[in-house]
Amino acid sequence: MSEVPVAIPIVKRLTRFEKEAGMLSWVASVDHKQVGIMYLVTALIFFLAGGVEALLMRTQLMFPENRFMLPSMYNQVFTMHGTTMIFLVVVPALLGLGVYLVPLMIGARDVAFPRLNAFGYWMYALGGCLLYFSFLAHDAPAAGWFAYTPLSEKPYSNLQGIDFWALSLLVVGIGTSATGLNIISTIATMRAEGMSMRHLPLFAWMSLINSFLIVGAMPALNAALVMLLVDRQIDGNFFKPAAGGSPVFWQHVFWNFGHPEVYIMVLPAFGIISEVIPVFSRKVIYGYAAVAGSTVAIALLSFGVWAHHMFAVGLGHFFDMIFAASSMLIAVPTGVKIFNWIATMWGGTIRFTSSMLFAVAFLVMFTIGGLSGVMFAVTPIDWQLTDTYFVVAHMHYVLFGGTAFAVFAGLYYWFPKFSGRMLDETLGKWHFWLTLIGFNVTFMVQHPLGMLGMPRRVFTYPDISSWDTLNLISTLGAYLLGLSVLIFLWNVIRSARHGRIAGDDPWDAWTLEWLTSSPPPVHNYDYVPPIRSARPLWDLKHPDNPDWARRGRSGSSHT
Amino acid sequence: MNATFIHQKSKLLILLLIVTESVFFAFLITAFVLYHGSFHTGPNPYKSLDPRLTSIYSVILWSSSATMWLSERSMGRLSFTKAKRWLELTMILGAVFLIGQGIEYHGFFIQNVTPRTDLFATTFFTTTGFHGLHVLIGLIVLLVMRGLISAGFGTEGYQREGYGAAAYYWHFVDGVWVAVFFVLYIWGTR
Repeated sequence: MSEVPVAIPIVKRLTRFEKEAGMLSWVASVDHKQVGIMYLVTALIFFLAGGVEALLMRTQLMFPENRFMLPSMYNQVFTMHGTTMIFLVVVPALLGLGVYLVPLMIGARDVAFPRLNAFGYWMYALGGCLLYFSFLAHDAPAAGWFAYTPLSEKPYSNLQGIDFWALSLLVVGIGTSATGLNIISTIATMRAEGMSMRHLPLFAWMSLINSFLIVGAMPALNAALVMLLVDRQIDGNFFKPAAGGSPVFWQHVFWNFGHPEVYIMVLPAFGIISEVIPVFSRKVIYGYAAVAGSTVAIALLSFGVWAHHMFAVGLGHFFDMIFAASSMLIAVPTGVKIFNWIATMWGGTIRFTSSMLFAVAFLVMFTIGGLSGVMFAVTPIDWQLTDTYFVVAHMHYVLFGGTAFAVFAGLYYWFPKFSGRMLDETLGKWHFWLTLIGFNVTFMVQHPLGMLGMPRRVFTYPDISSWDTLNLISTLGAYLLGLSVLIFLWNVIRSARHGRIAGDDPWDAWTLEWLTSSPPPVHNYDYVPPIRSARPLWDLKHPDNPDWARRGRSGSSHT
Repeated sequence: MNATFIHQKSKLLILLLIVTESVFFAFLITAFVLYHGSFHTGPNPYKSLDPRLTSIYSVILWSSSATMWLSERSMGRLSFTKAKRWLELTMILGAVFLIGQGIEYHGFFIQNVTPRTDLFATTFFTTTGFHGLHVLIGLIVLLVMRGLISAGFGTEGYQREGYGAAAYYWHFVDGVWVAVFFVLYIWGTR
């Protein structure tokens, strides 16, 4: 067997890293599993902060002419909610899963650059603190998560909120880029013997493509933030109309980042779904190559659709048509994947665990969000609905109904691997149904609310037509959603200590991470079996009927 | 990508960093190009740019890529003294470029041209300033490398790979200046 030469350096490294156990390890560790857990825990803390901000907003909007919050406070809260959820929750949670799982899935000891990995996390933690420090400086940013100029320029936002916002996102962005570069390097150079790209688990595939999106998109954000800071700090002229600068240029640069960012927030979620659905359907993924290939198509297209965020600017008929067409086109590779997942479930022996329930709900919720997205690609519909609650409903169906549901599916699936204990299934089912009901009550009604013309980002509204009823329903749904998060939190805290012991492979899964113990030892693997298909554990468990002997059936049995 | 390349993870990491940094500079240069049309209104500090003098400093910076390459080659042949000398020359050339940039900035400042003056000044100082910052970071990296070689660095293959990665970064800094010089100084002042 080939494991002997691999084992010797592993033992050497093991002795080096064992010194770093204990409480100090939470600061000093460069172990990818510990850094991954730190990412997830920090993202959870910010998720609670962003959730409280959401509930504050919904409380203010519960009744017409409500005076629960001052308008200036409301602006700060919605800006912080959006910025927190995007930059401090969704992206880091997905990166955390990535740095924890990718090395395990490819049979590696760690990521390619463990110190850079810790650096990425700590930049994220620092950036998050920097953003929240703005509250202590009595001026949280209040220009929305995309901080359009000239509103975000000195004359209109003259306190320090926007400076905190820009610096924080620069710091977080550097951390995100570092981790993205690290994941690419890891997958390029650290794969175990036999782990060809055709055998790479789909979560690792999605993380890889996602990291390329980070490489291409984050510098656009950094450039935009640098230009904004030059304008604000040394009185530059980039976005100042009086000096000939163009506020629309900010929108172009920002959305050059902002639209790929949407896919940065969803591709790893696709990866989670592509791992969870096959295992709980007892079937190999339908069309492995199509899932991976269509994601490459999404990644390439995502750089060519940014101006659909800017239809209302008035770029001209020609540009509107181009970007409408490219935006509709991107729905095709996304639709391909939805059909892949449905076909995987088709005829399978489905086990409706909490993880699978979230994954199935993801398919429905994400499709609803995707369909309203295609509606926005039609320029006249966009003109009618832009900046209304229809947009709010759309993006929450994609980001909460999509990504958050997928992350929950992933957490129920991998928590046993992280902790060695199962999350409680009864609490998990409560969590799932309350989330599903709470989410749909909150956001489904925002579709008609937007069509009735209620603008987003207003702190209150007059008592007209049915706005009050719809807002009240939405707020009650948000409280239900808040309750569901508390149940999840209770489940995590309780199960981490008292949950049922999981064992190495509680789901009878097929990817490499389920081979090692739960939680994995510091060195991950004592030995990595020969990898000859995308399901090395299936091959190990079924030596009579391995994947690699059935060329072509799974699309992954190339040897 | 062939197998030997893919094992060089440090070089891969720096190449990816170079891609992401290049996109960053592309946006800054885009801002200059976009606003170029409005430079012609009012007083025109962009006419104070001296492509001739800057071309001398540019050649100095670009020649530092050649000396860096020679240093890396010497390192590959394990002649560390030569590698050190070429590296020192590289750093001197890089430092001369930064001094030239300082003189140029000083010239603008005494004419009271600062980033707030107009769109030319804003885009010019931001783009060349960030490039200068990258040259400075490159010099620090090379200084660290110089110290490491004195401490016996370069005997192992992976160390030479790391040295190659540092060299990649230095070539990138010079490469960005090709774009900045031709867009800002040649196209911009035509």
